[in-house]
Amino acid sequence: MIPELGQLSLVLALCLATVQATLPLLGAAQGRADLMALARPAAAGQFVFVIAAFLILVQAFLVNDFSVLYVATNSNSALPVAYKVAAVWSAHEGSLLLWIAILSGWTFAVAAGSRHLPDVFASRVLGVLGIVSVGVMLFTLLTSNPFARLQPAAFEGNDLNPLLQDPALVMHPPILYAGYVGLAVPFGFAVAALLSAQLSQEWARWTRPWTIGAWIFLTIGIALGSWWAYYELGWGGWWFWDPVENASFMPWLAATALIHSLAVTERRGIFKSWTLLLAITAFSLSLLGTFLVRSGILISVHAFASDPARGLFILVLLSVISGGALILYAIRAHRMNQDGGFQPLSRESFLLLNNILLMLAAGLILIGTLYPLFVDALGMGKLSVGPPYFNLVFLLPTLPLVFLMGVGMHSFWRTMPKSVLVKRLKIPIILALLFGISFPLAVFGRATILTLVGCVAGMWVVAAAMLEPAQRLIKGDGSILKIRRSQWGMMVAHLGVGIFILGVTVTSSYSIETDQARAPGDSWELAGYQFVFRSTRDVIGPNYQAVEGEFEVRKDGRLLTVLTPQKRVYRVQQSPMTEAAIQSGLRQDIFIALGDSLGGGAWSLRVQYKPLIRFIWLGALIMALGGILAASDIRYRRQKQNQSQSSHDIDGSVAEII
Amino acid sequence: MSRYLIPLMILGVLAIFFARGLTLNPGYVPSPLIGKEAPSFKLPRLKDPSLTLGSEDMLGKLSLLNVWATWCVGCRQEHQYLNELAQNNVIPIYGLNWKDDRVAAVNWLNTLGDPYVASAFDGDGRVAIDWGVYGAPETFLIGQDGSVIYKHIAPLTNEIWEMEFLPLIQKHCQKFSCSSGDLE
Repeated sequence: MIPELGQLSLVLALCLATVQATLPLLGAAQGRADLMALARPAAAGQFVFVIAAFLILVQAFLVNDFSVLYVATNSNSALPVAYKVAAVWSAHEGSLLLWIAILSGWTFAVAAGSRHLPDVFASRVLGVLGIVSVGVMLFTLLTSNPFARLQPAAFEGNDLNPLLQDPALVMHPPILYAGYVGLAVPFGFAVAALLSAQLSQEWARWTRPWTIGAWIFLTIGIALGSWWAYYELGWGGWWFWDPVENASFMPWLAATALIHSLAVTERRGIFKSWTLLLAITAFSLSLLGTFLVRSGILISVHAFASDPARGLFILVLLSVISGGALILYAIRAHRMNQDGGFQPLSRESFLLLNNILLMLAAGLILIGTLYPLFVDALGMGKLSVGPPYFNLVFLLPTLPLVFLMGVGMHSFWRTMPKSVLVKRLKIPIILALLFGISFPLAVFGRATILTLVGCVAGMWVVAAAMLEPAQRLIKGDGSILKIRRSQWGMMVAHLGVGIFILGVTVTSSYSIETDQARAPGDSWELAGYQFVFRSTRDVIGPNYQAVEGEFEVRKDGRLLTVLTPQKRVYRVQQSPMTEAAIQSGLRQDIFIALGDSLGGGAWSLRVQYKPLIRFIWLGALIMALGGILAASDIRYRRQKQNQSQSSHDIDGSVAEII
Repeated sequence: MSRYLIPLMILGVLAIFFARGLTLNPGYVPSPLIGKEAPSFKLPRLKDPSLTLGSEDMLGKLSLLNVWATWCVGCRQEHQYLNELAQNNVIPIYGLNWKDDRVAAVNWLNTLGDPYVASAFDGDGRVAIDWGVYGAPETFLIGQDGSVIYKHIAPLTNEIWEMEFLPLIQKHCQKFSCSSGDLE
């Protein structure tokens, strides 16, 4: 009975979403305030019913209701409670419901946080979000109902895929989806601007905090996924250029470009049609990712159980939503008037280049991801595109991007005298060359050209990002306190990029990855650490059995830690899982994973030394922190009073970006 | 207006490719061997290395060549089904024990049952290379004339047997008269 209530809630939410998707848009077109006034209550009601449906599904997992097919397929009574909750979004149907819940959450937030916007505009934004909701809810109810019953009910569930029984995976999908789906908000703002055929600088100010909000979630979500892949997939890689990873990375690149393009539109009133296109593109790439993951059209380690009917439905959804927006764009974009020009050497130029390079990177990744499909569809055979392609085509646009980043941060709007720029950048250039070259050589004693380039690039971004606050701090006149929140945001986010670059460069240049065959009692040395394989023993978990190895890690004879990697076999699905053991530190990770038993007590082991790998995720978190600082800037909170105030002031000392 | 149409056109092209892609199976890689004579081989048998197993042993009858190994999870999954096929005398199954440990492999057959007429021991994987094997389990359907009729990648199940193997066997048997028992 209760699961049926969940389904009913979803149907009611669909009805309210239909109201939200139609009448407010009609009201905005005809200037009818009564119809426009429906937008907020409809959004609120939709939110309530969606959350009800979601909680009912959670409850079905918690009480082990194996009469619900989805629960029986993805849970088990022995599953720990946290994983029962995570199991809700572990497969197609439930994750779609999560998608809907997050969309309705964003919609509700827009409804609540848009009272200072003109009614016509807010109604249009909510109307567009309603259209997206209707599409995804119809998809769920027609092809992927999570509440479908299993007749007769199962006695026991099939258990959650052991790969997904992991703390990071409890968090990863909700956060990632919050980012993916959050891009629907700037999309809604863009379509609303196109519908009204006008785009003011205020528009950019309204849109930016939402875009940054979605971007923060996306950044953290991708980083969590990468971290999970690193320790749970068992082999110590952190990025695989898998289609599903690419599907989350492309919207991130587009959203990053959008944030920067919005900065120009907000400050200078230019790049308007480009900004609109980026907003549409970012969300379209999210939908595209959803399509790629769930249609089974590409081979991926993450693929959901695929079904062509579902694929077709999402394809239609993608075509209607993105196609509709792009038709509108084709008709209206030329009417977005541009005012104001800029010199070739100016912040605008650098941000334009930033946008071009980011979108170039996204485009090359898209081509690589879809290339096997193109070739197959044209009947030209079967092939796959691997990491060497992606590493190369990602490096080509991002290397100049990184060098421009430092320059752009220190340029003024409109025009930037060359002499001033050179003077400002002298210090970071010197620091970058000095430390970027000496640090890898001093610590590791050897370096390739690419390693040096990477370290210089990382140091360069770090130095450029920290130059302004460092100078003010040294001055000691308290001027560091005058740096605005949004400026801090910009600098901190870029600092994160620099740290990320250092992490990637050092990890990929100096990691030592070995596969070894060892038996208890063996000892050996790797990267200056001594390892002792003490023993193995059997371990029983709540829903698995495991062999656990015990390894001493010593440095100069001193015991650093004891690592206990496991090889687990989960009872229900009988699948073996590798639980790596990692001694993690800011400077390096020591990683041990048990491979297979080789007989006679010996095991194949993967033992790795990964210097600075934490910088990769730390950098991403710092980027997200920068986003939080930027989005919480006071000017987004004072919007109501400030609406008339022009934002044309130019700050000479710190050129602001955010 | 023209340049503002470009994004829409890109979406249109992508949508066409996606629509086409939905009808394709990205995991299906056709074997170039299909319809051709099976690569010849001669290897020591797994259980008794003094005997050999080779292509000529498989001639003149419809048979399966199943590539397996003890390290392969999918092989364990399909093993029970192979046992059923063997017990019911549906079709003779030959094994190609691929890059495996001989002792472990014999143990495996002793504990899980041996569905194979015989298994060839391909320790260094050379024969598997000739056959274009890139994973285990893979199952080849070999015709009476010694040609490769079909190759299935991934564990064999009853559903796949009925949907994919049986129609091909029937077609094959219209051309060559098969002995009874082959079509059960």
